[in-house]
This record gives sequence, structure tokens and C-alpha cells, in this order.
Amino acid sequence: MQTVLSIAFDGIAYGMVLFIISIGLSIMMGLMRVVNLAHGAFAMIGGYLASYAMRGLGMNYAIAIIAAVIGTIVISIPFEILLYRRIYRKSDALGVANFLLGPTLKSIPLPAALSGPMDIGFRMVPTHRIFVIACGVIVALLLWFLIEKTEFGVRLRASVDNSDMADSLGIRTEWIYAATFALAVGLGAFGGVVGAELMPIEPYYALRYIVTFLVVVSVGGAGSIVGAIAASLLLGFADTTGKYLAPEYGEFFFYLVVILIVFMFPRGLFGRAH
Amino acid sequence: MNAFSKSVTMRFESFPFAQEMLGILSIGLLGLIGYLIFPDDLAFLTRLISVSLLVLSLDLVTGYCGVATLGQAVLYGVSAYVVGNAALAGIADPILLLIFGMLAGILTGLISGVLIARFRGLPQLVLSIALGQLVVALCNKLSSLTGGSDGLAGITPAPVFGIFSFDMYSRTAFVFSLTILAIVFVLLLRFVRSPFGLLCRGIRDDDLRVQMIGARVYPRLVIMYGISGAVAGIGGALNAITAGVVGLDSVGFERSAEALVMLVLGGANNLWGALFGSIIFQIFGHYVSSINPFHWLTLVGLLLIVVVVFVPRGLSHGVAVLWTKLIGREARL
Repeated sequence: MQTVLSIAFDGIAYGMVLFIISIGLSIMMGLMRVVNLAHGAFAMIGGYLASYAMRGLGMNYAIAIIAAVIGTIVISIPFEILLYRRIYRKSDALGVANFLLGPTLKSIPLPAALSGPMDIGFRMVPTHRIFVIACGVIVALLLWFLIEKTEFGVRLRASVDNSDMADSLGIRTEWIYAATFALAVGLGAFGGVVGAELMPIEPYYALRYIVTFLVVVSVGGAGSIVGAIAASLLLGFADTTGKYLAPEYGEFFFYLVVILIVFMFPRGLFGRAH
Repeated sequence: MNAFSKSVTMRFESFPFAQEMLGILSIGLLGLIGYLIFPDDLAFLTRLISVSLLVLSLDLVTGYCGVATLGQAVLYGVSAYVVGNAALAGIADPILLLIFGMLAGILTGLISGVLIARFRGLPQLVLSIALGQLVVALCNKLSSLTGGSDGLAGITPAPVFGIFSFDMYSRTAFVFSLTILAIVFVLLLRFVRSPFGLLCRGIRDDDLRVQMIGARVYPRLVIMYGISGAVAGIGGALNAITAGVVGLDSVGFERSAEALVMLVLGGANNLWGALFGSIIFQIFGHYVSSINPFHWLTLVGLLLIVVVVFVPRGLSHGVAVLWTKLIGREARL
């Protein structure tokens, strides 16, 4: 019973972290048709900035998170202007360009003080898990509200459905894409900071976890919030259960579930046909 | 074909096997240059050759068939493990080991092809990643066959043809690998221009039309995967034979991703691009990592960003464009 409970709790918490980070990737993939393989790097930068802000500058946790998210977005702006803008919606360039940022950024030198998981300022681990779950739920609700109910969301969906038509109706698609990119990067950074307890920030973070994020997005269906939640929770459970019950198999069960889902739902659990 | 080879072949069009001769000559020349530049580091060149076979195999499925895969190292690594086990079981003849590796590669390739070629686009990519990670987890678990995270060590092949033994300066290993690369490369040059190879290009460009002309797509992709597996398998076998050690890194995601980067760097859908991409990437990485062991990946990443922004279709295409501008003659790719 104790094991079942801790599996359930850890599974949900892990799933929520996966969700917060992956939803940014999912939005970019579903809306801009860009497979941003550097997304993990942005989550990693967020983690580093937060840990620097807390340890180096002595900020408290909440301010450090905000600083990290804003800092990561600022860092990502040159990449958006120089690189990503060229490849939006060109499915030929699918991801290839973006992969390159992954290995670029992973070699940030790591001070010894940061190599462990971050101390997030709560005394008990379960408190942190609850915090992560709450963050996941809030992110999901806010995103749903943003995309479905606001003016920005309307413009965004218009740009996605028909970019040229949206352009001629006076919507600045370029700005919409830039804002969405910033949103995606910010979410990645936020997830990287919040989830640092479960996915420790380290120099190979970007490369190690991007595979996981990509898998979550694909299983959920690119661009779908509900899909991303479902996939994150499902895969979070699969991974946690596998690691609790058969730790020597590593990520075997996680990827077994992935293969099964891809075979049953090639477009993802809640994917739309393009 | 890149512009250089094309223009040369245009001049020697009456020549039989012009492409093939050019292939052999270039690889021999590259080998000679490599030998002169790195006389003390032939082990590095040998590893380079083994990895360029992996990149060539990736070019066959990704460049020529449009299959999105980040799991190509599975074909390479599994065959390396098979060869390692065969060598430890007492088979010492390097040619025989190579054949073992090739067969293992074909088998692994066919299995991956059956699974991966069913899908297109993102599901395909994710499936290839998942398969790769599954194999890594299995290799880690089956430590009796793979040595787990310690790797498989103590592979000692017998002399080639019973004459040329593998020395500690890797001279034999280098010449052996170079010869194998030349043979494989020439065969592939011929193969991609065969009707089958051309049909595969058709599948990449528009699989619906290929179906309309009455060809079935799926079986061809699986067969292409098998052939790609043979090439990757030879690469993996060379790695096991010449290095004497097989580690988990040879099946891992990083290896697959690196191979894809090399292919993009050189230019996909072009065997010359795959060859030069892998050579340039690895030599650049070799130099830069010895100059700056901490930030070399950043520099490699910068190189790649520059290439992708300025020559998005790969260096071989850039060279072709440059050639056209200099010579004033259209270089067809």
C-alpha cells in the first residue's frame, strides 16, 4: 500500500513536471511546425539561472523562478530572431536546425555546488511534490484560458489555421509567433526550475531529457493541451512504476509503453490530423 | 553526386565506371592525406572511418528515403556487440567477423525497418528514438552478453588473410578499414543509381505518386533498411574489430544524433555529402576538443548553426553552387 501510494504520488508529480516542460515544445510543434530540439536546453538554462539567483544572489524561491523564466526568454530572443524565424512552418527544415542548439548549450561548466539536485526551500519532499502538481494544474488552466478565451488566443489560432489569411487580415503573425516562442521557452524554463528536484539540472540535461519531452509531445499529440496532460501522466506513471518495481531495467518500460502507444495512436492520444 | 564529381564525370563520360573510379581514387587520396596529417593517430582515423560508415547508412534511409530516424546507432551497436561476442567465442578471422557484423546489421535493419517504416513524420521519429532507448536499456540489462556499462573488452582478431596482424599503431586496422570503406562506398554509388535506388528517391519526394505508378512503398523501405543495416553493421563490426572494445555508447542516442548532425552538415541525399560531413565533423571535433576540452561542443554547435543558416542543404550543396558560379556551368545534383 505504501509503495502504491508513493508510486502514485511520484508518478503524478513526475508527470506534471513532464507536462510543464513539454507543453512549450508541444505548442511550438503544433502551431509553428518546428521541432525545437533545443527545448531541453532552455529548461536547463532556466534551472541554472534559478540556482544562481538563489545561491549566488540570495533571492528567495518565488523571485528566483520569475527571474529565471525572464532570463531564459531574454537569452532565447537572439536565437528566435537569427534562427527560428527562418524555419517557422517550413516542415522541410523539421527540427534539423534546432537540434544543433542542444549540443551547443549542454557544455555549460558546472560548479561543484550545483551538481546535486537543487534545494527548493521546502523541508519535506512531499510538500515539493504537491507544489509541482499544483503548478502543473495552474499552468494547464492558464494555457487553456489563454488559447481559448483571450484575444491573443484567437489571433494565435487564426495564424495557425491560415497564416497568409491571418496576415492579410492585419494580424501580425510575426509577433504572434515571437510571443508564442517566448511563451514556450518561458514554460520550459519554469518547468526546468520547478522540476529540478525530480530531474536534476546537470550539463547533459538538455540532451538527456529532450528525448523524453519529444516522446511526451508525440504521444500526446502536438499542440494539444489535454493530450500533453494525458501523455505526461501516463508516461510519468509508466516510468515511476518501472523504476520502483524493476529498477535494473532502467527506462525499458517507459519506452515499451511509448512504442505501444505509437502503434495504437500514430497521431498521438489527442492529435489532430494535419 | 556533388558538383565536382559530376563535372569530372561529364568530361569522362565515355569512361566506363567513372563514378566508381572517382570514388576509389578519392577515398584512397583522403586516406593518404589522413595518414600524412595524423601519422601518430591512426586509431582516430580508424574510428572516423567506422563512424562514416554509420553516416553513409543513415544517408540511405534518411537522405534517400526520407525516413526520419534518431535510432540508427542501434544497427551499428548491435552488430558491434554481435561481433564482440563472436570474437570472444573464438572466431578470430576479421573477414568472417565482418560478415557476421554485416548479417547482424541486416537482421537488425530489417526488424527496425518493419517497425519504423510503417509511419511517417513525428511518430516515426519518436518510434526510432524509443526503439533505440529500448535497445540501450536491454544492452545495459543483459550484461552477460554486453558487459553492461563496463562494455565488452578483450576482442583480439587474428591477422587479416593470416598475414597482416593488428599492430598497436593501428596501421593494419587503418588500411583494412579504408579498404572496406572504399569497397562499400563504390558499391553504394552504384546502388543509389540503380532502379531500386531511384525508386527510393521517388518515395522520399512523393510516396503517393510512387504508389500511383504501381510500386509498393512499405516493402521497399524495409529492404532499404536492411541494406542500410548491412552498411551500419560493417561499420559497427569494424569498430569492434579495430578498437577491441564495445561500449554502450555505440548503441546510444548520442551516437545516432551525432550521425544525423554529420549527415546534415555534409548534405543528405548525397553519398559524398555523408562522407565529407562525417570527416569534417570528426576532424573539427578532434582538433577543437584538444584545444578546448570544456567548450568544444559549443564551438561544434556554432559551426553547425553557421552551416545550417548559410548552406541549409549541406556543405556538398554549397560546394556545388560555388562550383557553378566559378565555372559557369550548371552543376546538377
